[in-house]
Amino acid sequence: MALLTLMAFAFYLGRRRSLTVVGGRSGVKNLHSLPAYYGFYTALWAGLPALLVAGLWLSFEGSIITTLVVDGLPAEMRDTDPGRLGLLVNDIKNLASGNIVSAHVDETMQRAADHLNELRSVGRMALGVVVLSIALAAGALAWRAIGPKMRARNRVEFIVNGLLIASSLIAILTTVGIVLSVLFESFRFFHKIPLTDFLFGLEWSPQIALRADQVGASGAFGAVPLFAGTLLVSFIALLVAVPIGLMSAIYLADYAGPKLRSYAKPVLEVLAGVPTVVYGFFAALTLAPAIRNLGESVGLVVSSESALAAGLVMGVMIIPFVSSLSDDVINAVPQSLRDASYALGATRSETIRRVVLPAALPGIMGGVLLAASRAIGETMIVVMAAGLSANLTANPLESVTTVTVQIVTLLVGDQEFDSAKTLAAFALGLLLFVVTLGLNIVALHIVRKYREQYE
Amino acid sequence: MAVRDEENDMTTAETVIADADLVGAKVRSKAGSRPLDNDFKTIGEVRVNDPRMSCTDVNVFYGDKHAIKHVDLDIAQNQVIAMIGPSGCGKSTFLRCLNRMNDTIDICNVTGEIRLDEVDIYDRKLDVVPLRAQVGMVFQKPNPFPKSIYENIAYGPRIHGLAASRAELDEVVERSLAKAGLWEEVKDRLDQPGTGLSGGQQQRLCIARTIAVDPEVILMDEPCSALDPIATAKVEELIDELRENYTIAIVTHSMQQAARVSQRTAYFHLGHLVEVGDTTQIFTNPRHKLTEDYITGRFG
Repeated sequence: MALLTLMAFAFYLGRRRSLTVVGGRSGVKNLHSLPAYYGFYTALWAGLPALLVAGLWLSFEGSIITTLVVDGLPAEMRDTDPGRLGLLVNDIKNLASGNIVSAHVDETMQRAADHLNELRSVGRMALGVVVLSIALAAGALAWRAIGPKMRARNRVEFIVNGLLIASSLIAILTTVGIVLSVLFESFRFFHKIPLTDFLFGLEWSPQIALRADQVGASGAFGAVPLFAGTLLVSFIALLVAVPIGLMSAIYLADYAGPKLRSYAKPVLEVLAGVPTVVYGFFAALTLAPAIRNLGESVGLVVSSESALAAGLVMGVMIIPFVSSLSDDVINAVPQSLRDASYALGATRSETIRRVVLPAALPGIMGGVLLAASRAIGETMIVVMAAGLSANLTANPLESVTTVTVQIVTLLVGDQEFDSAKTLAAFALGLLLFVVTLGLNIVALHIVRKYREQYE
Repeated sequence: MAVRDEENDMTTAETVIADADLVGAKVRSKAGSRPLDNDFKTIGEVRVNDPRMSCTDVNVFYGDKHAIKHVDLDIAQNQVIAMIGPSGCGKSTFLRCLNRMNDTIDICNVTGEIRLDEVDIYDRKLDVVPLRAQVGMVFQKPNPFPKSIYENIAYGPRIHGLAASRAELDEVVERSLAKAGLWEEVKDRLDQPGTGLSGGQQQRLCIARTIAVDPEVILMDEPCSALDPIATAKVEELIDELRENYTIAIVTHSMQQAARVSQRTAYFHLGHLVEVGDTTQIFTNPRHKLTEDYITGRFG
């Protein structure tokens, strides 16, 4: 807070000095940059180094203070094993902040807690002083450096450039971090279970026997049934979404009037905004029983959690992906091609079938692939509506399970992180990631290639 | 305006235009922006004997904008009629009325009567699809379909069921490409995309595509404005040949082109058809001041 005020002040000072240096408003054209840039320059110098120091300070403060507190403890209390010491330190910290303490509080602990509090307040004060003085010093240096020759604009833009790079790095580094963590855990899994068993095994039963005499714990990690289930559900979803999405896109792009279009398209896109949980309970509580009753009335055996119910609802969910993207690419087909077709005496439907759709096909394919990767990665609907048992079946009326469902069930609840059961989730995640990444790359490639065609 | 002495003004169109380049740069009259009276009568003979198309009191509105005002015009058989005029004068709009391409624009409203061989094309009962097969159109920018050369030509015959067999279709494609003077250039690569041809070839492909459905009238909306001079010369030559079998209406910005390819010329100005007449007469002896100003390059 104080720092922000200081930066604002620095901006004002820097700006004013730049004007004074050249002798007021009239001399602005002698300055290299606009006065505001000198202000920003001073403000950034006042703010950034101080912020950096504050950040570093805060990240190390905790461990330094803890070390100091432990050093202050009597020797006999220090010489226990690390686990106990950790508990003790925790107690001291709780005591210091007034929380409930697990152990009996004796005088040494009370003293240690007071010591901790004292150190903390000193630390805060020191931090304030150090940060403010750094800010003042750096700001003053920048302020002094201001002169008509100084290239403030270039420097400010350099710093802004750096900030932008840092922001984009955060997103990229997070992705890299996620991939690496999944990758390493998967390697641990593949140490326990051979890769071929995982990729080609036909049975999925991830219970590991803790004791030799335990029943029902075969520990089979064949991912094939899961992928078959995923593909079945996604296939049903695409069967729903592609025709409906495509036809609504054609209607919106070529038949609907501009007014209707301006209402209908956002409404269709609302479908994409419905939380998947809501779709999930719609599938599980409304659609699945309805399908079961319908199936029974015509003499079919339908499980109450079926691939069909999950697939249908998932299909509805991805309609906006297909229709919105297809609508865009259909609109991108130049009017001149439509005119050419009309001028040859083609009807509207002939024009769409024979000219517009073939021209837009690559883009539509890209949209469908994006929708497919969305369907494959979808979790909530299938958790609620598709079931948990790993059936290797192509019958949409049976319950199936998907990769995402299994990841959820493997990781929900208390887990030990050294068993193959838990690590299997990472292997599944990795596989899923590879598949959807592949689909996305292919889809984006197709879409991009298509876009270039008309530009 | 005063009737001018014909003897003195019998220069060729080319010299008029060459002179215009010198004069036009210096003298720019304000005439170009002044609208004509609403009850203005076209100068020159709008009617011909035995017309292919005949327009009476045609008005076009874009929303509130009155884009074409009370135009009467006949289009004669086996003739090329050129429509010239400054940008925004309505010549393209008028052309698009002739095969009802303006139907694709929602706010566009056409009144009056346009007859093609005695049939009113704006009759409510008339189906626009066969009309457009009879009155084909070539656009300003070459717009081949992103299909093979063969498929570009075969598209029209296919949707109208003009060819019963593959062999017949092959023949239609060859004949159309030959008429458009493109056959020799593309006969070995019919399966390659039409978009891969050069600009001039693409435009001739589009003309061949139009011919393939065997229309009676071909409308051309500045067909050469996106082409280089050599390709333009080829297309103009083609237009001249096509005159034998088709009736052609061409909109152009180039007065040389109008003089070269057309027999009749119509001059449009801010929605009015100002003057119409034989091309030689229009370019050598324009009767209206606006026509004269335009063709001598004083504005436009």
